[in-house]
Order: sequence, then structure tokens, then C-alpha cells
Amino acid sequence: MNFEAIKSIYAFEMARTRRTLLQSIVSPVITTSLYFIVFGAAIGSRMQEVNGVSYGAFIAPGLIMLTLLNQCIGNGSFGIYFPKFTGTIYEILSSPISMIEIVIGYVGAAATKGLIVGTIILITASLFVDISIKHPFMMVLFFVLTAVSFSLFGFMIGIWAKDFEQLNLFPMLIIPPLVFLGGSFYSIEMLPPFWQTVSHFNPVLYLVSGFRWSFYEIADVNPIVSLVTVLGFLVVCLSITAWIFKTGYKLKN
Amino acid sequence: MAPIVSIRNLTKSYASGFQALKGVDLDIEQGEILALLGPNGAGKTTMISIICGIVTPSGGTVTVGGHDILSDYRKTRSIIGLVPQELTLDSFETVYNTVAFSRGLHGCKPDPALIERILRDLSLYDKKDTMLRHLSGGMRRRVLIAKALSYEPKVLFLDEPTAGVDVSLRKDMWQLVERLRANGVTIILTTHYIEEAEEIADRIGVINHGQILLVEEKKALMAKLGRKQMTVELAEPIAAIPDALSPYGLALSGEGTRLTYEFDSTGERTGISSLLSALSQCGLRVKDISTEQSSLEDIFVELVGEGK
Ligand SMILES: Nc1ncnc2c1ncn2[C@@H]1O[C@H](COP(=O)(O)OP(=O)(O)OP(=O)(O)O)[C@@H](O)[C@H]1O
Ligand SMILES: [Mg+2]
Repeated sequence: MNFEAIKSIYAFEMARTRRTLLQSIVSPVITTSLYFIVFGAAIGSRMQEVNGVSYGAFIAPGLIMLTLLNQCIGNGSFGIYFPKFTGTIYEILSSPISMIEIVIGYVGAAATKGLIVGTIILITASLFVDISIKHPFMMVLFFVLTAVSFSLFGFMIGIWAKDFEQLNLFPMLIIPPLVFLGGSFYSIEMLPPFWQTVSHFNPVLYLVSGFRWSFYEIADVNPIVSLVTVLGFLVVCLSITAWIFKTGYKLKN
Repeated sequence: MAPIVSIRNLTKSYASGFQALKGVDLDIEQGEILALLGPNGAGKTTMISIICGIVTPSGGTVTVGGHDILSDYRKTRSIIGLVPQELTLDSFETVYNTVAFSRGLHGCKPDPALIERILRDLSLYDKKDTMLRHLSGGMRRRVLIAKALSYEPKVLFLDEPTAGVDVSLRKDMWQLVERLRANGVTIILTTHYIEEAEEIADRIGVINHGQILLVEEKKALMAKLGRKQMTVELAEPIAAIPDALSPYGLALSGEGTRLTYEFDSTGERTGISSLLSALSQCGLRVKDISTEQSSLEDIFVELVGEGK
């Protein structure tokens, strides 16, 4: 293992994070506060409790997930896309480091930043609503696994993207609908049966449901299924990354 | 001694189908300075990129320090330094950090004293906290060199190190190369300029269209390539070359007013003065004289011609 290299990549990425931390925190904090004001206070006050939890508290885990997914995909993809774009990737490619080390460095840093921002959102949320965490260990597990797997997913997007448009495709166009339709703002029990079935094909449902279960012990799907889904997603991302490095896909000529 | 870099039948076809390397064989000896000479698109950067791990080879093998570049990439890449042709640097990093980053990537523990020395050697120390995007082109080139030296490589590739570099930096650079060589570093540099190769290299390789046309000791090559041509314009046309001038192997052209003479500029005697006195003895009045060195292009034409 080339630990110095992992440390260098991680530190390099974290330095970039520090330079942009304010903007990456301010924007999600404001957005989340707006959600709480609109959905939690304004509309939520007229809504019933969902499974014994106030509506504002009910949506908190989904909002944290929304921020976490966006942060992780954004950071993971930008971290590797940028050197590819400027050409400084030559240095990574010509260094004595393996794929695993590169991934640990970049994805580790992206996940760290995602977790920092996610935690800040959790704190913000607790200012607006009463939040209880019934299964802290599972909550941290879901939090970390999601951060890692989606940072890895972002990393793959960064390698695949050939321009900024493609880079923004997932965070802008694909993730929001998946999160909104994945039971972040409602329990899918509220949906007609047809849409309930459709929702089960949305991977984000399993994430949000499992994460919410660790808070309030209410879930749309069995938390074990949620956990297996996240782990499965992680394994798929790892395999694709392994293939990318083996073939040099879009990294090497 | 076994060569430090050994390239066997190396080929590369890009995804576009273009074949950039067509079976390159080359041995680079430990501690030597090899200049690779070739026109644009010859395949120099492609070859270097393969050895460093940036481009995947299509066929053939390369070993560095006895290790295969693919199966033993950790060993080869930790002894190879690369100063790329393009000035690619992160805009928002400082000089010091980017150099320290390179050292870390190559698995070396931080060594501020060494990095300070490298930065001082390259007259970069007073810029160590400057953002890279605020540097001039020449300074960026120095930073790239500092990065490559930060982990003390045994084999250093300099891909067109003097492109866009002023005279003083060029001098500094050659001094640095000499110092590195004195420490036993093997250096491979690419260039378009024969004078540059002449100034610095021990051996010169010529590459074109993805093939190595020749690799020779500089001295032998310079003798071969050092041929010059002198053109003598006569005041009055002559019908034939006088017999007295036959030993010089002159050629007559330009409706009898132009004589061309080929000579070896690196030889002890060029024969120019004796030719000039012979001309006047024959009663030929000289209007103008010019000389020209065979250009790199002539040399290629010649080499490719010989290959047939
Ligand atoms: N990524 C690529 N895809 C397709 N063709 C390429 C690629 N990179 C280089 N080539 C082609 O391969 C050939 C060799 O390129 P290379 O960069 O190795 O030349 P070079 O000798 O370094 O030239 P120069 O002196 O201009 O730097 C060129 O014809 C170039 O167009
Ligand atoms: Mg080149």
C-alpha cells in the first residue's frame, strides 16, 4: 500500500474542500431551512402526523439524504473530472499507485465532505423540529455507507463525463426526482397501489426508508432490505470502478 | 551493464486507428543523456507516455531498471520522473504544495529540506507560496521540473523541456541536467533542434513516423549529419567545371553561374580556403558565397532514403 499517496490525494482534495467549504455549506443549509419553513412549518402544521411522527420531523431524514447524495456525487465527480479536464491527471496515472489507493483518496475525501455537510444539515434540522435517533449505530452506518457508495458513484460519473453538462446531469436531473419520488416527503403508503409498486424500483426509496427507520423506527421497506440494497449498490459501484481501472476506460489512451 | 530502459517491439495504435508507434526497439544505458530528435507527430510523446504509464501500449514490452512497466508498475514508476510537454498544473495550488504533492504520490515521506533545496536550485524558493496560476510560462516549466525531481527519480524524461523557454532558463536547465547526470540520473529528452541535442546529449536517437531511424553516439552522428553545403555564385557563366577543380567534387547549376561544394563542417579541414584559391587560379571571379547546414528535414530525407 502506498499510504503516502493516499494521504496526499486525500489532503489535496480536502484542501480544495476547505477553499469552497463556505459555499458548499451555506447553500444546502439555506435550502434545507427553506424546506422546513415551507413543508415543516407552513404546510406541515396542517398535515397529520405520519405514523406518529410530526410531518416536519418525518421529512428530516429525507432532506439530509438529499443533501448527502448531492454533495457526494458532486464532490466525487468533480474531484476526478477536473484533473482529467486540465490534464493534471497525468501525474496520478504515472505514479506508483493502484486503483484502490486512488479511489480511497478521492472517494474518501468526497465522502468526508458529504458527511460534514450532512451533519450540519442534521444540526440545522434539529433547530426546526424534534429529532430523535432510536438506532444511532444504524443511523451512522446508513449515513457512512450512503456517503461512500454515492461518492464512488460520483467518481464514476467524473470519469465517464466528457463535458460539464454530462457532469451535472446526475446531480441536477436524475437525483432530485429519485429523491422526491422516493418517499422523502411522504410515506409511500399514501400512494395508490400502482405507484407504490413503481416506487419499489426506485433505489433511493430503500435509502431514505432505512435511514428514517434508524431515527423513528418507521419504514416503507424492511430496514434489512434497505441495508442490503445500499451494500449491493456499493458492490456494483466498486466492480465498475475496478473495470474502469483495468481497462483504463476514458482515463488512458 | 544491463540497460536501465529496454524497449522491445513497442507498438501503439490509438483508438482512432492511427498507428503512432510501429515497433520501437531502444536500449537506454544507465547514466547517459539520450536526446530523441524528431519532427511533430513523430511519436516521441507517445513513447514517453507509455513508459510512464499514461498511455497503454498496444504491443511489445518495456522494462525500467529490469522491471516490466505493466506488471511491476510500482517499481518502475517510483524511479521514473516525467516533465511533460504541456504545462499542465493545478491553478489553485501553491508552488510548494504541488511539489510536496508529487513527492507524496510517489510514496515518499515529506522532506521539507529536500524540497527547499530543489526550489532554490530552480530559483523558485521566493515563489513557494505563490498560486500556480500567477506564474509565467517559464516558471511553470520550472515547477514541473521541481515536481519531477521531488522524489529523486533515477530516470528522468524531459519532453521538449526548452519549448517556450528563454536563454537563461535554458542555461540553468542544462546545468541542472549536468548536475543530475553527475549524480547518476539517466536523462531522456526530446527536442526538435539538432543544436540542442548536440549541446547536451551523449547519444542521439532519431525518430519519425513511429520508428526509430537511428541511435548513435553523438560524435559519430554529428560527423554524419554535420555536412554543409557551400554555394559559390560566379560573376560570369562557365560551360564546364575546369579540370583543376575536379578534386572538390563540385556541381554546376544555375545556367553555369552556380557551383556547389559539400564539406564536413566538423572535420579538421573543410577545404574551403584551398577551393577559393583554386577558383581564383582558374581565373573565375566570385560574386557571392553562402553556406548552409543540412537541416533536420534533409537528414530525415536522407535517413529514410537510406532505409530503403
Ligand atoms: N490521443 C490520440 N489519439 C489519436 N492520435 C493521437 C493521440 N495522441 C497522439 N496521436 C497521434 O500520434 C502521433 C504521434 O504523436 P506524439 O504526440 O507522440 O508526437 P510527438 O513526436 O511528441 O510530436 P511533437 O513534437 O509535436 O510533440 C501524431 O500523429 C498524433 O496525431
Ligand atoms: Mg510531443
